[in-house]
Amino acid sequence: MSLICCEAPSLSRRQLLAAGGTLFGWAFLPRFAQAAGGRDPRVVVIILRGALDGLSAVGPVGDPTYAALHGKIALSLSGEHPALPLDSFFALNPAMPVFARLYREGRAAVVHATATSYRERSHFDGQDVLESGHAGPGFVQSGWLNRAIEALPRGERIAAKGGLAVGASTPLIIRGPAPVLGWAPHALPTATDDLAARVLDLYAHRDPVLQAALGKGLETEKIATREGMSGEMARPRGGMDSAAGMRRAAEGAVKLIAADEGPRVAALAFDGWDTHANEGGATGRLAQLLGGLDGAFETFETGMGPHWKDTAIVAITEFGRTARVNGTTGTDHGTGTVAFLAGGAIKGGRVIADWPGLKDEQLHERRDLKPTTDLRAVLKGILNEQLGLSVATLADKVFPGSGGVKPLLGLIA
Amino acid sequence: MAIGPDQKAAFIAFNRFSFGARGGAYAGDLARAASDPRGFLKAELMQPAIAHLDTPGLPQTKTALATLFAFQEQRRREREAMADAKTSANAPPAAPSQRPSMSEAQPSPPSPSASSPASPPATLATPPAATAEAQPKPPEQPPPQKLFRAEAMARFQRAVQAPVGFVERLVHFWSNHFCISAAKGGFVRACAGSFEREAIRPHVLGRFADMLKAVESHPAMLFYLDNAQSFGPHSPAGQRRQRGLNENLAREILELHTLGVNGGYTQADVTALARIITGWTFAGREGRIGEPGTFVFFPLAHEPGDHTVLGKTYRDGGMEQGQAVLADLARHPATAQHIATKLARHFVADVPPNGLIDRLATVFRDTDGDLKALAVALIDWDDAWSAPLAKMRTPEEFLLASMRAVDRVPEEPGPILGPLYTMGMPLWQPPGPNGWPDTEAVWASPEGMKLRLDVAAAIAGRAKDLINPSELLDTVAGEAASAETRQAIARAESRQQGLALLLMSPEFQRR
Repeated sequence: MSLICCEAPSLSRRQLLAAGGTLFGWAFLPRFAQAAGGRDPRVVVIILRGALDGLSAVGPVGDPTYAALHGKIALSLSGEHPALPLDSFFALNPAMPVFARLYREGRAAVVHATATSYRERSHFDGQDVLESGHAGPGFVQSGWLNRAIEALPRGERIAAKGGLAVGASTPLIIRGPAPVLGWAPHALPTATDDLAARVLDLYAHRDPVLQAALGKGLETEKIATREGMSGEMARPRGGMDSAAGMRRAAEGAVKLIAADEGPRVAALAFDGWDTHANEGGATGRLAQLLGGLDGAFETFETGMGPHWKDTAIVAITEFGRTARVNGTTGTDHGTGTVAFLAGGAIKGGRVIADWPGLKDEQLHERRDLKPTTDLRAVLKGILNEQLGLSVATLADKVFPGSGGVKPLLGLIA
Repeated sequence: MAIGPDQKAAFIAFNRFSFGARGGAYAGDLARAASDPRGFLKAELMQPAIAHLDTPGLPQTKTALATLFAFQEQRRREREAMADAKTSANAPPAAPSQRPSMSEAQPSPPSPSASSPASPPATLATPPAATAEAQPKPPEQPPPQKLFRAEAMARFQRAVQAPVGFVERLVHFWSNHFCISAAKGGFVRACAGSFEREAIRPHVLGRFADMLKAVESHPAMLFYLDNAQSFGPHSPAGQRRQRGLNENLAREILELHTLGVNGGYTQADVTALARIITGWTFAGREGRIGEPGTFVFFPLAHEPGDHTVLGKTYRDGGMEQGQAVLADLARHPATAQHIATKLARHFVADVPPNGLIDRLATVFRDTDGDLKALAVALIDWDDAWSAPLAKMRTPEEFLLASMRAVDRVPEEPGPILGPLYTMGMPLWQPPGPNGWPDTEAVWASPEGMKLRLDVAAAIAGRAKDLINPSELLDTVAGEAASAETRQAIARAESRQQGLALLLMSPEFQRR
């Protein structure tokens, strides 16, 4: 049983949720005439919650230290599942063929060894910093993407159309004073497999009765799904940590931001990147997630149609993971990682990195990939060139106190 | 947070006896209770009219039923007009879809318009500010359904906001003990809430005998268990209409409401009691026997003669004959035992300790069914403060506890009604007159736990991003939180996941 009325996004039904406390209705929006031949830019930010292992997503296969350090889950150009070479040094996880093609076509880029200004290793604080745009944790009133919309001139097309939050909750990144619409694929989405596993693990230690019950319930549901049973029993599990869930979220976002009267700035959040154990490399858990992200890119490419050329998508995460594989074939919380850029508006075909190296003394605190590019520089570059926000506004309002971080220019074609 | 002298006891006060500690703006419940957890609970019992719920706008039963009757009449006229149009004008038959989906007469397993699993739960998953405006305007609800939702919201809000919450747990317990079911149809649906406010709440800290009398003479119960249709076979009305007894209510009074199934009554006692309470009915729409929608003792339907229940003969009489039986049943030792067992099972363990049952039964007998004394005895039973919190929260308790923890007072009932329906516990709609079951085996089912997981994820997904789940764990569990739960939450990959873990943790699921 689907508990929501808005499985298929449609503008006519006015499924408009005011996330910032301000109601924002289509009916009251002035329709802007499309400037003849003018750009109608879109910005999409995908948050990868849980800390993406950048070294398994885009492997520095040319770094002599990499293979040994990242162990079994390191990418390799040989073997059964060879990584997809991006240049002579970096190779992409083979779970992302769409991104690889976009890269070859000059419509996708990677920023490597990047991080926010946050240097601790708490997911919660790390995500706050990533999304708030402030230099440190503790600022949770509004997010940088919302303030970017807010900073646009009044009446400006993008400002008037506001933002779009996809998912059950409005991520901090797009909360704030500017109007934001919300859309969720399900009202009562199934919990993610990762949450289910964690709850089961807790029950295993504390409550065997609940463990048995929940375990059986999840198993039954899996069978029902496998057998193609219909109805309530067979709600497909497709949380935001599954390829199906990611694709559904992207489909919803596409329909809304491709529409003439729809918003131009969207935030999505994909879960499940906290790969402490059995992370996998070219195949396995992380590869499935990356495949989901790849599917979302494809959904945007095909769904945006003529607007693809004006679309810039950036996928970012709160921090990276340890350079060394841990004792459970996974990685623990780290620092430097990758950001993915894709879209017709991206000047791609390159990996942007000031590579710090992976030797012990080159690692951050001798354990993590050292960040050499401030992620805010990347984001400021995109906002500057795609939305026309001034360097001063970016430094004061959008990423407060980031005057020392110069926008990385030339990311937009 | 401030650590009181006995934070674990404070945790027990809020979990065993209430719907859990509150978070957000009300954080600090555990600290407030910690210096004297027993006194904290008892103080609530002493507050005047604490159990009453007089939300403005909630109508009395007779007003609710008048609304229902008017609605039914209007519908009848519409149907007649439609039928007339059809026969006279040779019109094509009306498409089935034009017919209203929820017939008043038909028992209503919650259709989308009834318990609204279709629209309101959407708000579970959507940003809070948006709820009312966000949804496409639902079709106008029938008046009985509007009443039901207003009553539901009042009940939910009270439970979520109660600073202590023990009295609300008692209200829920007694409401379930004397349950009615909205599945019976629009009649019960329209007055399910006023039944609880009029027959249960005023007596939750009063005398059992008074609650029993109020319940058995309430239109909702008389309709639900069919006594309104029961006629003395030898009464004038019974003779004239060739109608007779309906034993339904009489049996449940003995089996469920008072003595218990092994309480020592026979079929003859059931039949005799059924005869005795013939004439206990309510006035219908036309008001022929009294003010519409109010209780009426209708002497013309009352079975004449002496009748014997449990060996005692009750002399021929009117309503006082039945009142006398109820009064005797209320102070019967089997009733004391039955109530003591249910209360102990609800608050302490699926298989309650005999010592507690004996103690509660003694108090019940010694005080002539003083329910406040019974509540105090529960608090004073030492093992209640040391026995493991092994009970499973029901879906409703789980949802209300979650709302308290995330500090969200429902502004419309849908976000609770919907998940309650999904989790198999639609409000005021238990499967039978024995009410909702009260055991782990029922609520910790595989399907149930899977649904709880989804609901927990949805609540966490909708909660304010500001909630730090590790801090919230301190707020709602304090020192009672296990190291494993603390660690699982600390290691969560996002705040939302951490909050979902908290809501699913044994500390939160058990009480």
